[in-house]
Formats: sequence, C-alpha cells, structure tokens
Amino acid sequence: MQAVFVLWLAATLAFAAMQLTPGDPAQALLAASGATPREVAERRAKLGLDDPLSLQYARYLGDLARGDLGRSWLHSRPVSRMILEQLPSTFELALAGAAIGLGIGVGLGSLAAVRRSTWVDTVATTLAVLGLSTPTYWSGLLAILLFSLRLRWLPATGGGSLRHLVLPSLVLGFALSGSIARLVRARVVEVLGEPFVTAARARGLSSQRVLFVHVLRASLAPALTVAALQFGFLLGGAVVTESVFARRGLGTLAVEAILWQDLPVVRGVVVSGALAYVLVNLAADLVQAWLDPRLREELA
Amino acid sequence: MIEWAAPTRRPFLRQPVALTALAWLALIALGAWLAPLLAPADPQAADPVRALLPPGPGGVLGADFLGRDVLARLLWGGRWTLEMGALAVAVAVGLGLPVGLAAGSLGGRTDAALMRLVDALLAFPGLLLAMAAVAVLGTGLVSVAAAVGLAAASPYARLTRSAAVEVRGQPYVEAARTVGCSAWRIALRYVLPNAAPSLIAFAATQLGWVLLNGAALNFLGLGAPPGTPEWGAMLAAGRGYLRDAPWASVFPGLALALTVLAANLVGDGLQEAMRPQ
Repeated sequence: MQAVFVLWLAATLAFAAMQLTPGDPAQALLAASGATPREVAERRAKLGLDDPLSLQYARYLGDLARGDLGRSWLHSRPVSRMILEQLPSTFELALAGAAIGLGIGVGLGSLAAVRRSTWVDTVATTLAVLGLSTPTYWSGLLAILLFSLRLRWLPATGGGSLRHLVLPSLVLGFALSGSIARLVRARVVEVLGEPFVTAARARGLSSQRVLFVHVLRASLAPALTVAALQFGFLLGGAVVTESVFARRGLGTLAVEAILWQDLPVVRGVVVSGALAYVLVNLAADLVQAWLDPRLREELA
Repeated sequence: MIEWAAPTRRPFLRQPVALTALAWLALIALGAWLAPLLAPADPQAADPVRALLPPGPGGVLGADFLGRDVLARLLWGGRWTLEMGALAVAVAVGLGLPVGLAAGSLGGRTDAALMRLVDALLAFPGLLLAMAAVAVLGTGLVSVAAAVGLAAASPYARLTRSAAVEVRGQPYVEAARTVGCSAWRIALRYVLPNAAPSLIAFAATQLGWVLLNGAALNFLGLGAPPGTPEWGAMLAAGRGYLRDAPWASVFPGLALALTVLAANLVGDGLQEAMRPQ
C-alpha cells in the first residue's frame, strides 16, 4: 500500500514539475526548423497541451497505469520502449556495481568490526570514508588513465562486452562500498556484544563459526534494508558512471533528454527510477524476513 | 569478543583528523575568497601558446586545452563550489527543518501526512531528483543549489523529526506542556536547542553529499554555463585531453574529493564529539 502511494506521489510530482517547466515545448521542438506560429499551434493541439490540466493529468495517470509513458517529443517514439532499450545496459552496470559494493563493503565492515581498534580497523574505515568521498567521475577518470591509457589492459569507453563492464562496475562498486562498510561495521560491533554471541561462544563454538554463522547473519538482515535504501545512490552513481565511460544507458538517455528539454523522457526515467526503487526495497524486506527467524515466524 | 569497551566520546578539539579536515575546508574557503588576489592568471584567459602546458615553471598546475591556467581556475572554481554547497545546505535545512520539527512536535495526523510526503521524496533517487529539478529550474548556480538542496531535504526532515520525537518524551518537555506551553513554543524553545547538535553534525555530512552531487550535475553538463571555472565542469572539459593533459582533470577532481572528504570527516568528528556516554 505504501509502495503504491509512493509511486502515485512520485508520478504526480513528476507531472507537476513538468507543468511548472517554463517555455513552450512545441515551440522548443520546432524552433530549429523555423516553424510558423500556426505550425506551433497545430503541434500544441496534437500533443494535447491545450487541454485542461485535469484532463492532461487524468490521461497521464491512465497511461501510466497501462505502462504507457508517452512519446518522446524529440524522437516521437514511445518512451517506454526507449527506456526498455537502455535498461539492460544500466541494469548490468548497477547489478555488477551492487555485487562489488556489497562484497567489498561487507568484507571491510566486518573485518574492521572484528579487529576493532587495531590497524586493520583504521585501514578499513579509511578506505570506507574514501569510497564515500571520492566522486565516481574522478575515480573513473583515474581508472581510465591507469588501466586503459597507461597499462592498456581494458577499454576506456563504450559498452557491450564483459571487458567494458570491469572498470565502470569497479568504480561504482567502490563508491557504494563506503556507506555499506560503515553500516556493517557498526552493526557487527553491536551484534558482537549481544548475549546470544556469548552463549554461542560458551557452548564452545569456534570463533569462525560464531562470526560467519551467527554474527554475520544477524548483522546482514538490517544491513540489507539500508543497502536497499542505497539503491537510489546506486542509480544516481550509474548515471554518472555511464557518462564517464561513455556507455549507453538510462543515465545518458536522461542527460540528453534534459539538455533537449525532452520532458516525457525525463519524466519516464524519473518515474521508472522510483518504481525500481520501490521494487528493490520490497524485495529487500522479503529477504530480510527470510534471514531473520523472528520476522519469518510472524509472516508464516 | 565482548570485552570491547563502548565507543568513547571525544571532544571535537581533541580529534586531529577532524581538525585537519576543518583546516582544509577553511583553506579552500580562503582560497576561493581571495581568488582575485591569489590567482596567478585570469581564469578565463585562453592562450593558445600555453595550451596543454604541463605543470611546471609556466604554471604550478599546468594549463588546460585552451591554455587557461589550471590553478587560477581551481581557485575561482572553489568559489562556485562552496557558494553552491552552502546555498544547497541552506535549502535542505530550510525545507527539512520546519517540516521535521512540525511533524515531530505536533504528532498525529500532521506527522503521518508530512512523513508520507517525505518518504515519497526519499523514494526518488537523490541525483535523479536533482536532475529532474534542474530540468524544471534550468541551469546555473542557484538552480543547481536549489535542486541538490531539495534532494537533500527529505533526510534532513526525517532526522529532525526523530530528534524532536526523542526530546518530546523527556520529563522537562512534559512539564512545559503541563504548565501550558504551546506546541510551537515547546518546539522552538526546548526541542530545537536540544536537537541542534545532531542536526549540525548531519548538516556537515550533507555538505559532502551536496558538493559531490552539485559537481556531478556540472560534470554532466547540467550546471554552470560552458566555460565557467567549476570543478565538476573542469573535470568534464579535461576528459577529452586525458592522454595528453591529465592534470586538467586530475587536479579539480582531487580538490573536490579532498573537500568532500573533509566535509565527511568534520561531520564524523562532530558526531563523535556528541555521542551519548
């Protein structure tokens, strides 16, 4: 229910925002070709821009519910199709980035917690705050400089192959790992102090078993929820990373659309971003329920 | 495994890392403020002879593809970056604080309605929300700051609310209510001063986020007009000459990364200084 409300509000805000945008889109579209005022008026009518606002809004929501995001003003193609075309590339990047970010983040975070107040902790927390602070558009350029231009190991730009995915996903993953590592560290430190850990140790379980089976599991469930909240960051990071490595994807689509004032496309990307965010968080809730025995019983 | 001591509180002035970070922020601010005096050259003056000049006697940080001095542009760029960052944090606080305070102090239906709105705003991925806002507001310093500030407002509202709710349960607030203080008086007189430290610490952390994303908009070409000395835009402009003149991109990126890092470290330090014992 909350998810539906969030989506509705996101869609409505996107609609309102686009209404507030100054300038006449029909005018903007036809300006280059030197159209007459009459042609502009005809285009306005065709785009439905002269209809009352309530009608435009109702039409927009109805279309949205059917998965119709309208047509691009620039390319006059369905926005949903343009988004679907770019989705695999961005999805691939986001997924690889998330996997790397979670891997590094959980590893660094739990290592720092277990070896707390030692040099390992210092190194791990320093790496985490570096990940948090380094702009992907800078680390990306450094990576291109080192691995593509100097060492010539990997291609600098473009997409389509696994080799093209390595640098962008590493850059994105490193940026994501910072916040995850900090979170996991705090959570593991907390769990290490819980009575059930002492109990497990008292039963004679080995340190490794306690850490991997009991502590990490108890730490990961809430960490996952916050990692899912980081999905928004991941999406934004993917946008910038695509631009750095000149990859096609939703990010490049959105940037072009903003520069050309192609509002249906901007709106489409924003609404589908919100949809993806809601779905990911829903999935995270389910996984958390599966990881946490208390919640699992509640659901069953 | 459980003998570790609880995290201790350390006064801000006794944290060397946080103090160094604060000094760096002050240095950047000073450099930006005194840019007209300090800059070795006009940041906009193109000089074909100096194009792609490496760092050295001709220019400490070299020159970009148009022969513009990188150090001069870096100093002037700090101005743009810090003004944008300060303005954006002001927007985030200006929007988030009243909403969070109202929700946390009034409770009930107002709380539920406001927080629903905040949650929905949170559901927009931050940078995407800022990009959408730029699409509406147009490009330039003020709209980038407004866009990024808007995107940063909802976490601020959430934090303010939870701080307000926490303070609201305290006995002295109960007492104030009993003697007939209005909700607004309690919010401003008791809740706000008590929540202020954590709100300030969070604002410092948010400065880092805001700088990162403001520069990202500029990097994407959605911010300052072309040619403006701004760190993100400089990074993007130098990208085409990465092989021959990496300094034109590397130095603005380094300045930005260090500044964001400093903001994060100051935020961490403030949080550590206020950790409950």
